[in-house]
Amino acid sequence: METFAQYDPGEFFDELMEADGTPRPGAQLLVDKINSLPPGDLAIRQQAAEALLLKMGITFNVYGREEGTEKIFPFDIIPRIVPADDWQHIEDGLKQRIYALNAFLQDIYNDKKILKDKIVPEDLVLSSKTYRKECEGFTPPKKIWCHVTGTDLVRGGDGKFYVLEDNLRCPSGVSYVLENRQVLKRTFPQVFEASKVRPVDNYPSKLLDLLEYLAPAHIKKPTIGVLTPGIFNSAYFEHSFLSQQMGVELVEGQDLVVSDGYVHMLTTKGLKRVDVLYRRLDDDFLDPEVFRPDSLLGVKGLMGVYKAGRLAMANAPGTGIADDKVIYAYVPKIIKYYTGEDPILANVPTYICREDKERAYVLDHLDELVVKAANESGGYGMLVGPHSTQAERDAFAEKIKAEPRNYMAQPTISLSRVPTLVEDGIEGRHVDLRPYVLFGKDIYVQPGGLTRVALTKGSLVVNSSQGGGSKDTWVL
Amino acid sequence: MLSRVANSIYWMCRYVERAENVARFISVNLNLLLDMPDEMGRQWEPLVMITGDQEFFDDKYDAYSKEAVISFLTFDRFYLNSIVSCLGMARENARSIREIISSEMWEHINTFYLELKDESAVKMAMEDPHRFYKIIQMRSHLFTGLLDSTMSHGEAWNFARVGMMLERADKTSRILDVKYFMLLPQLELVNTPVDNIQWTAVLKSASAFEMFRKEHHLITPQVVASFLIFDKNFPRSIRHCINKALISLQRIMNGTQNEKSGRYNAEKQLGRLASDLEYNDIDDVMEEGMHEYLDRLQIRINEIDKSVGTTFFNTKHLFETTNQEQ
Repeated sequence: METFAQYDPGEFFDELMEADGTPRPGAQLLVDKINSLPPGDLAIRQQAAEALLLKMGITFNVYGREEGTEKIFPFDIIPRIVPADDWQHIEDGLKQRIYALNAFLQDIYNDKKILKDKIVPEDLVLSSKTYRKECEGFTPPKKIWCHVTGTDLVRGGDGKFYVLEDNLRCPSGVSYVLENRQVLKRTFPQVFEASKVRPVDNYPSKLLDLLEYLAPAHIKKPTIGVLTPGIFNSAYFEHSFLSQQMGVELVEGQDLVVSDGYVHMLTTKGLKRVDVLYRRLDDDFLDPEVFRPDSLLGVKGLMGVYKAGRLAMANAPGTGIADDKVIYAYVPKIIKYYTGEDPILANVPTYICREDKERAYVLDHLDELVVKAANESGGYGMLVGPHSTQAERDAFAEKIKAEPRNYMAQPTISLSRVPTLVEDGIEGRHVDLRPYVLFGKDIYVQPGGLTRVALTKGSLVVNSSQGGGSKDTWVL
Repeated sequence: MLSRVANSIYWMCRYVERAENVARFISVNLNLLLDMPDEMGRQWEPLVMITGDQEFFDDKYDAYSKEAVISFLTFDRFYLNSIVSCLGMARENARSIREIISSEMWEHINTFYLELKDESAVKMAMEDPHRFYKIIQMRSHLFTGLLDSTMSHGEAWNFARVGMMLERADKTSRILDVKYFMLLPQLELVNTPVDNIQWTAVLKSASAFEMFRKEHHLITPQVVASFLIFDKNFPRSIRHCINKALISLQRIMNGTQNEKSGRYNAEKQLGRLASDLEYNDIDDVMEEGMHEYLDRLQIRINEIDKSVGTTFFNTKHLFETTNQEQ
């Protein structure tokens, strides 16, 4: 039955239902609507939504498989609802956190005060793969480094939100937020309207404002581009979508050339200067003269133009150091150092393997912890203790001992769940939440964000590359 | 516009046109078979000959059976000019410029490809090929219609037209070339009913039969060839296509009068070809020899394609070299 009649929230925090199985205040309308649908109707709506996504070509490529494995990002039709007061807390917390991380980036690449004051160990920062020596002494336009951030939040069994990860490089997924919303508005129009859901649609214009704000002051109509690695990138759809929505050029490295000290696009009428790039290419690939020499995706000489102030880029190169998963453990101290305040959003408790005592604890408790490498993403390079085999744990223990600096561990969090349409009805599935934050003239948090859902029963891995899907997120 | 974008839209349209022409060849052959005496046989081989890729076919397939040729030309993903490969590439090009083309065009080409790739397509092609290839042609027409009616007729559209028209001119010349090659050796058949059927088929594969009839009563090889090469108004004649390509290229060039060398090559070559087609006639062709004439024509179209590439698409080396000299 596709109703909530049999629904069991289980021992987890459920985003829509109270522990006794009654709807939470904001979810009443939605639950009533779903319960009133004729049998099978919800599944039909779900299929129609998926067919629409496929037709629109909203697909991603899975890495490491043959060409042609193109999937729609699985999408679940039952939205997640975030009450207004929860959201206010998240928004305040993210603004504080992003402000502090930006101050941290400006500091470590310049005065290094926080290192001299020994708040964050100097060798930890300098030894990170994502620390960019090339950025030392550099201040980006308007002193902003991390213009676009997607911070992963989880809600634990205690009902509190925690920060799981910061993503300050090229966080993806915002296009799904916008597309999911389009689909859901058509699916539950009356409920949507009556619930007074806050709009997410002005994200592209906010992003455009931000990019224009970065352009050198004397340029009245800056030329802006979205720099993409190309159609084989898993987030290509998003790059194309954002450039279309903002009305700016979508460029690849092969479209750009450095000439006379500026970056230009190659057009059918010759060269055209580019002033601002929203780049969705990792630091490593940006400029083969400065970073990886084998990069075919980047632009020779780009960094030189950037550092001379003749090109603005979002995000700035070098931001990866602030989302290093070991540096993460120091973020509460970083927030306190630059703002004088206590963090509004807590971190998940974290064991740092470079500290002898903490490493010993981690090695003894591998079966109950989640271990992560400092610079992997997409759910790769991690060990989920409770779901691992002895052999996997042994292999991981060796890796930790060989390179302790590169690892951290966290207790397994019982992620909150949201009712999700499955084959035999509606069941709870674990979710996280990635809100998107824009740092321009001021800091803007998009009210909503991407709710990623682990579609496999019991699974805690929400990454799209590993069986995850998404839901629309309704902020009231 | 970006050079890469111009390149993609140009090729997107060439590939769709190419896919449509393959469907036309097969479609007409199917019709032809209905009218042909059994002993004629070998009716599927010319289809592979048109492509010029016989070697590839021979490596992979045993005989020129209907099934083998249909699979090869329609569904073989390893053969770059099969319908599924062409549409796959058209779609990848479309994907890389979906912020430039209309979403109607993107959604159409996306669905067109996805449905062809589906297993049910193979089944339908084998069981009801007449209907199947008709659908492919109609979808290609729909694509062209969307291009015309949902996208601004600016620079991008003109690149699309140049690509489509060059491809169409090339394909019309190939149809003619192969049929001439196949039919002329059988001298005893000239002006017999079978011959007539064959030339009707040539016209039909260019959707030209009805339009031809309005102008000419007698079907003779020369009049058919003349119609397909020189007719001014028929939209698949070589002259017509080259003229349309030239008009679009001139619109693109308008306002880009810089002095960079080689800038005018494409326009110059295309203009020369257009005037040759304007002032030559079928007697000139017969004098040179049909095959020789068409072969030379195809080479010229290839050269125009190359010049379009070096003028508009692959220009990076020009600027990188200047850079090193400084």
